Amino acid sequence: MANQGRRDKAGRPVVAITGMGIVTPLGTGKADNWKKLTAGESGIRTITRFATDGLRTTIAGTVDHVYEDGMVSAQLSEKLARLAGTEAIAESSIGAKGNFPGPLFLALPPIEIEWSQRFALAGASGANEKIDYGDLVRAAARQEFAPFYEVSKYGIVAEHLAEHFGTQGSPISLTTACASGATAIQLGLEAIQRGECNAALAIGADGSITAESVVRFSLLSALSTNNAAPQGASRPFSKNRDGFVLAEGAAAVVLENYDHAVARGARILGVVEGCGEKADNFHRTRSSPDGKPVISCMRNALADAGVTPEDVDYINAHGTSTPENDKMEYLGVSTVFGEHLKNIPISSNKSMVGHTLTAAGAIEAVVSALTIINQRIPPTINYAMPDPAIPLDVVPNVARDARVRRVISNSFGFGGQNTCLVLTGEPA
Amino acid sequence: MSDRREVWITGVGIVSALGEGLEQHWSRLMAGDPPPYDDKTFAPYTTFPVVPLNLDSQIPKKGDQRQMEAWQRIGVYAAGLALTDAGVAGKTEILDKTDMIVAAGGGERDVAVDSAILTDVRKADKPDAFVNERLMSDLRPTLFLAQLPNLLAGNISLVHGVVGSSRTFMGEESSGVDALRVAHSRIAAGQSEISLVGGAYNGTRWDLVLLFKLGTPLLEGPFKPVWDRGPNGAIALAAMGAFVVIESREHAEKRGAKPVARLSSVLSSRNPRKPGDAAATLRSEWDSIAGKVKKDCAVVVSGASGAEPATSEERKVLADIGLPVRATATHIGNGMEAQFLANIALGCQAVRAGTLFPAAGSGDIGTAPSKGVCQALVTSVGHWRGEGLALIERID
Repeated sequence: MANQGRRDKAGRPVVAITGMGIVTPLGTGKADNWKKLTAGESGIRTITRFATDGLRTTIAGTVDHVYEDGMVSAQLSEKLARLAGTEAIAESSIGAKGNFPGPLFLALPPIEIEWSQRFALAGASGANEKIDYGDLVRAAARQEFAPFYEVSKYGIVAEHLAEHFGTQGSPISLTTACASGATAIQLGLEAIQRGECNAALAIGADGSITAESVVRFSLLSALSTNNAAPQGASRPFSKNRDGFVLAEGAAAVVLENYDHAVARGARILGVVEGCGEKADNFHRTRSSPDGKPVISCMRNALADAGVTPEDVDYINAHGTSTPENDKMEYLGVSTVFGEHLKNIPISSNKSMVGHTLTAAGAIEAVVSALTIINQRIPPTINYAMPDPAIPLDVVPNVARDARVRRVISNSFGFGGQNTCLVLTGEPA
Repeated sequence: MSDRREVWITGVGIVSALGEGLEQHWSRLMAGDPPPYDDKTFAPYTTFPVVPLNLDSQIPKKGDQRQMEAWQRIGVYAAGLALTDAGVAGKTEILDKTDMIVAAGGGERDVAVDSAILTDVRKADKPDAFVNERLMSDLRPTLFLAQLPNLLAGNISLVHGVVGSSRTFMGEESSGVDALRVAHSRIAAGQSEISLVGGAYNGTRWDLVLLFKLGTPLLEGPFKPVWDRGPNGAIALAAMGAFVVIESREHAEKRGAKPVARLSSVLSSRNPRKPGDAAATLRSEWDSIAGKVKKDCAVVVSGASGAEPATSEERKVLADIGLPVRATATHIGNGMEAQFLANIALGCQAVRAGTLFPAAGSGDIGTAPSKGVCQALVTSVGHWRGEGLALIERID
């Protein structure tokens, strides 16, 4: 009887996690990733997928074990999403094969025509001297290039996944930059809370490392240039941190109305207790220096979960390893958690995985749930030179057993989009 | 949570080839003017360029204007019009809690840089290295920020101060439908009080002409309405931006806001677009709200794209339903992520003005109801996906 119509403190249906899947540069699947994350391994390496001549940064967390020759970003992102989604759905045992009983929320990087395709079009255009877009357009009329269009539509990856997993309704592709993965989970959480569905599939996937994407982030001076020591390049909260390391990956969670999950005998892996968001209007790439938006975001998440800062046992940091983010995140957590902060470990999965951009929020939500399940906190590696301006217990270099009942997972995006999730274990 | 609350549209902002704001749009449509297309700039393809905008009026800082590309400027401008129309522009306390869902595609590439690289790479010994070096030296560092879909929302936060929340949906026409559906559901369920929803698109760009030419017929002269573009169909890329402010009736009344219209239903669906799928989906969406429709004073604002066979399937369903129909893409072109919101805006004006503009093309049927327009059904049947239906009602 206790489980009939379980509601949270705000009177909403409780939303459980009943399946999780993950792919990172460290490997595919929860078992492999958890083993390596708790062993403090780095997935960062020298880029071999394309020529790096002339690039300022030549390292990344590429998913070389997933990539297939000739894939464009949309195809790699789709493969990552499929792997993570398949693992999550299998674990939850929900629905029937190819018939997932709920909507799909997919966080995905933007899609565009790539250089390999532009070269093919230029070659086919027959232009001898100067090439312009008019030449490419003339070549584009040829039927052989129709597949370029098929992989370049913004909705195509979600369409393929909706067809493959048999999700219900219009699949939603979304982006809130580095907060995207968390936003996908938030949209699923809200849909279940509204009573629109009993289950939702939330996926964050990003396989968008190309020479041009490296160039773009380099031109914004966002990336680490520690090319000589790839595995030591992502150094969140360290004094010598010099930027983030681009990475690829995906994570999926099956979100489910708690009662629905219990009624079908599903294993409850965790509960998404609350979510907060707050946009920043300070600058296109920089966070407000007073930290107000991220402070509001964390407070909104705690309030949505109906808990206080003292109820939080662990913070899964955004922790990108850029000089600015980590400083601002410290300002944020020290304001929100005050005196209690000294009792809260805070670590960055990005020290090992790198920054998987669109996927990061989802990957870190899965790792947060695994942290609760295993009562063990993955470390912040490469922490050799503490930044005295950021006095945090970052779980330096070595994983730690700890009592973790509740986690807040932070995701702060480029363009001012911030989302925080509050996760707990199975309710008592 | 399941309590359904009434949702009002309290502000509308729209810019397209027809002009700026609903009044301008409506007067040109009512006049039955020829569609304002351009068949020269991207000849032989027909496009719909946006009218010139007085950007300073909505984006006062030149620095902000410079940091955006055209699609973002169009969107930020239209968002400003909607916030102003709703009476919330500059009201920090409200904007601080205003949620936002934007439907967006990708931004402009630097076609000059691309063209120069494609021209010069043929003389390079190491083509990949050559491209890397040229991109590093020739790309403007801030161009990336004008290309990221979520940076339209980011710029709206920066310029207009909408910071309650910020989400961006992607995926051609369907993203606009889902943006409005989710924002509407959140307010109806009590998860949100007020939300800015919209999209912007700049299809008058060579990189998008290229993209669509790869897989979708683009309209070539002579100009024809969306219904009459032959068995293969065709779309006409357009630049447009459209935003609405929607809020709970309670929230609107409390701040003394005057409603433009009631947003009663927003539906979206997916099908794999086998022959007949688009028709079946639209019919089933219609069936689910038909009970609310007042057949003597409702009209259809159709999102028919001109792509086939979707457009013909929609025409048949709408003819069976029998309400007066007007397809707007004949007049404003195809604006993808922004299309549905533009049609929502025009649907608002139909119920507000109580009139319907003259028919253009074989699928535009019926005339304005004699007792005026009390409801507008807004359809979306996207060029490859994106089936949606919304019901807008006059508030008496």
